[in-house]
Amino acid sequence: MGFLDRFFRRESPRKSAKERLQLVLIHDRADISPGTMEMIRKDIIHVISNYMVISEDGIEMDLERDGKSVALVASIPVLEVKRGRGREGVK
Amino acid sequence: MIDRKKAGASAETEESLMDTRIIVVTSGKGGVGKTTVTANLSARMAMEGFKVVAIDADIGLRNLDVVMGLENRIVFNMVDVIEGSCKLPQALVRDKRVENLYLLPAAQTRTKDAVSKEQMMDLCESLRGEFDFVFIDSPAGIESGFQNAAVGADEALVVATPEVSSVRDADRIIGLLESFGKRSINLIVNRVRPAMVRSGKMLGVSDVMEILAIGLIGIVPEDDSVVVSTNKGEPLAMANLTPAAKAFEKIAGRILGKDIPLQDIDDLDERGFLVSLKKIFGRRGGRY
Repeated sequence: MGFLDRFFRRESPRKSAKERLQLVLIHDRADISPGTMEMIRKDIIHVISNYMVISEDGIEMDLERDGKSVALVASIPVLEVKRGRGREGVK
Repeated sequence: MIDRKKAGASAETEESLMDTRIIVVTSGKGGVGKTTVTANLSARMAMEGFKVVAIDADIGLRNLDVVMGLENRIVFNMVDVIEGSCKLPQALVRDKRVENLYLLPAAQTRTKDAVSKEQMMDLCESLRGEFDFVFIDSPAGIESGFQNAAVGADEALVVATPEVSSVRDADRIIGLLESFGKRSINLIVNRVRPAMVRSGKMLGVSDVMEILAIGLIGIVPEDDSVVVSTNKGEPLAMANLTPAAKAFEKIAGRILGKDIPLQDIDDLDERGFLVSLKKIFGRRGGRY
């Protein structure tokens, strides 16, 4: 079994337990409730919408472990860059 | 303190000089072995010649008495002492098998609200100077029962099994203990099954350590004799030399400051070959 698992690079229960734990502890330790995450999400949408048209349904946002630090990673699909708004950089 | 480890030490003559260490045994999650650890470390310390009291802080759900096999001799309990219904020595159940081992049982027909933090603090302070070691068996959870158990303790032992839920709860407990200002927090990984770790089916001690990042003071292997000893009401430490009993002996030694190396965690976890070689050449098999 162990050999086959390794051969097909299937994740061992040990490894998945560790990864799941690490992820769940990021949330536990950061103490960010789903409600708080939703508020952050809404605020980010609000700010970015001043400059771009974004797909609100396509937004993926989560805390991720990056080595020993935690990162808030968001993927926000941009539909259109608004012209004439925002600062000098944006045409 | 460390120099007084000799068996049969003269506890009476030095009673007034006792430098009491109060240690809470906790875990967050239930069923991971807090009570077993408390019973065995208490028994082991008494066998080392120290005067020890084990306190069951799980008011309403007492169990340390049955695990220690002292349930039939309880007259008064901790709440009686706190409420002034009896004096402390009246509530202490003396273990007849091991000298200098006492149990302060929990009340069974009360709830955790029967005791306040201040009262627990006072109780712990009243034990200072009277005992070498006070082990407090904490209830599961993070509410007032746990907080009462921890409030008077100088040190904490966190018990976790190599499971996602247990490690998660241990992490929470460690955070709370740190927020209470406990500086000495050490981990006991209980019920380790090396073969399952090696075959990649279970979290290893090294995984748990990496995640929790606190000091490791002992590794207790899964051992059927724990069930037997609980059924008999006779802590393992008193009777035999099963792997778990040996693990408790080593943990007690480390608490006393003895330099007892932990086995190379990764030897145990990952290099199955080395482990089996040790079993062949080592006199006592696995070192825990």
